[in-house]
Amino acid sequence: MSEKLFLSGNEAIALAAIDAGAHLGCGYPGTPSSEILENVALNGGKAEWAPNEKVALEVAIGASFAGARSFVTMKHVGLNVAADPLFTIACAGASGLVVITADDPGMASSQNEQDNRRYAVAAGVPLLEPSNSQEAYDLFRQAFALSEEFGTLVLFRVTTRVCHSKCVVIRDGSPVTPRPTGYVKDIRNRVMIPAFARVAHRNMRDRLRRLEQRNETGEFSTEKSGTPELGIIVSGISYEHAREAAPEAGMLHLKMTYPAPIELMRNFAAKYQRCLVIEEGDPFLYEQCRIHSIPVEGKPEMFRFGELNVGRVRRIISGAAEDEAPAPAGKPPQLCVGCPHRKSYEVLRDLGCIVAGDIGCYTLGVLPPFSAVDTCVCMGASIPTGLGMRHVLPEKDARRVVSVIGDSTFLHTGINGLVEMVYNRPATGHLLVILDNSTTAMTGLQEHPGTGRKLDHTRTEHRVSIDALVKAAGVDHLDVCDSTLETEKFRSLVQERLASNDLSVIICRRPCILAAAQEKKLREAGK
Amino acid sequence: MKKVTNVIVAGLGGQGVLKLTDILADVLFHEGYDVKKSEVHGMSQRGGSVSSEIRFGEEIASPMIPEGEADLLVSLDSTQTQINLHRLREGGTVIRPEDEPIGELSNPKCANVLMLGALSRHLDIPEQALLDGIAKFLPAKVLEMNLAAFKLGRKGGLK
Repeated sequence: MSEKLFLSGNEAIALAAIDAGAHLGCGYPGTPSSEILENVALNGGKAEWAPNEKVALEVAIGASFAGARSFVTMKHVGLNVAADPLFTIACAGASGLVVITADDPGMASSQNEQDNRRYAVAAGVPLLEPSNSQEAYDLFRQAFALSEEFGTLVLFRVTTRVCHSKCVVIRDGSPVTPRPTGYVKDIRNRVMIPAFARVAHRNMRDRLRRLEQRNETGEFSTEKSGTPELGIIVSGISYEHAREAAPEAGMLHLKMTYPAPIELMRNFAAKYQRCLVIEEGDPFLYEQCRIHSIPVEGKPEMFRFGELNVGRVRRIISGAAEDEAPAPAGKPPQLCVGCPHRKSYEVLRDLGCIVAGDIGCYTLGVLPPFSAVDTCVCMGASIPTGLGMRHVLPEKDARRVVSVIGDSTFLHTGINGLVEMVYNRPATGHLLVILDNSTTAMTGLQEHPGTGRKLDHTRTEHRVSIDALVKAAGVDHLDVCDSTLETEKFRSLVQERLASNDLSVIICRRPCILAAAQEKKLREAGK
Repeated sequence: MKKVTNVIVAGLGGQGVLKLTDILADVLFHEGYDVKKSEVHGMSQRGGSVSSEIRFGEEIASPMIPEGEADLLVSLDSTQTQINLHRLREGGTVIRPEDEPIGELSNPKCANVLMLGALSRHLDIPEQALLDGIAKFLPAKVLEMNLAAFKLGRKGGLK
């Protein structure tokens, strides 16, 4: 079977998962990765939202232990959350297990610009990097086979433009029925006590040596010869920019960038008077070349920031070092008209609160006219950072500190902070406001364990109650209100709780206006 | 160099920028072109600036239009024209909302499809292919008014 389709990278990966016979995809929503699992479900595959990326990876590891092909999706910062199981399973080894990290150079929708290719080196796993939807489709199918052949987790790194750009894809694999699973006891590779883990580490280093040898065969790269003046070593989306910016140059396009094919790069570089490494983000391939004394040139530091594009690649090639003119500023995003967070933030702003914020649409409360978010670090950080401030601030200021978190983020890593709040209670108590709009709004209205619907929006009875979790943790007060309809009630509650030394949680519950529209459509469709 | 046509559509979140380029890219794909479409999702969907770009021709490399190489800029919001002008090539065409008969629409939500009609005056694509594309992407209950909006834009000119 072969069909020609017009797909985003995320859609292409989803079809590749189906065509590879993957049993299970898990993940947590995060731009630019969210559409992968949604499209797996749309195409009849099994996909689940986990409460966070660590849980998602652990579920996928369990599936792999049981003989399945499984994969995990997340944005780049999600891999920080999942790093604990990643590093151990990298040593222990795995079969049919692929982790997708969707990096966001230029930070279209992220809090940092970290380059997760570094994780492949740090953990010791092979790294695949597609440059467009077709390669995403082809490579993702290959990733499972590679994982099984070498007995290792494979890290599959995409970036915003690969995920969201659409291009023509030839789908030439037919959907494969997932193979039968079964458990085979293998404690030396699955129970990482030190005695077994010491052996596992040596095995991992051996795997990487064999993977490097495989990469040297040219199976994961293409070489195009060019005029002798310029050769370019390139990977990911930068390949597409480079072949447009310098069609006459020789080009070594790598799709497996760790363990890199050192001798392949050395031989390529030797053919050209000048050899450039062109890559977005960190000088990852450049450093691997330089460690092995391959005479290549990297990009100037200024190109480490933001995305590359054809113009920037042309400037790297020409050696232009002058400052780049900033693009004219567009209109920043804002909380929607009718957004339930608006009233909550108006009240917190008017009461002069110090707001320890979190990750989600509600981070936009930092912008005028609210200017009501004072800190935002990472998923779940609102509660612990608020507590830290409470512990050390003079009493007058400590009483102004409020932690604010969304419903999906609370279930992601907010629960841990709540436990800390009860256990290490500040002298002035603390106030946590959970802005519950009943969806994962910022990333595109995904379901979560508290919405009562599964990833594909079908209903489930197995809904996790945020209220019950909060009560069970042992706070002094739990109140639920709708700050849009009951603004005065919310205001006086906040005032009262801040004046006390109690541990208080207020859940501001009102559906996101976009989620409410989606809910109406689902109901009309009988779901 | 093989001929590539570069189109940028700019507007604000909620104006249907992505719907417009979804329709156009799909039509171009079915007309047999190599097509790439690129945009940034996420924060931009909350009422902020949104732009989406389409490149089509025999073979396309980068999904992003190089600076100063757009042939056509379609602006769905008058505030978004100026900030995107630097992306247009010398002699490129700007299609501005002020110059199109958006005021004649019964439902202003169809402005994006009207602007697709206005854009189609500058593209060599069969009208029927575009009409079919609109029908494929929009729900039946709003189809008729969108087809009318498209035709209004394709005819062009203010009264």
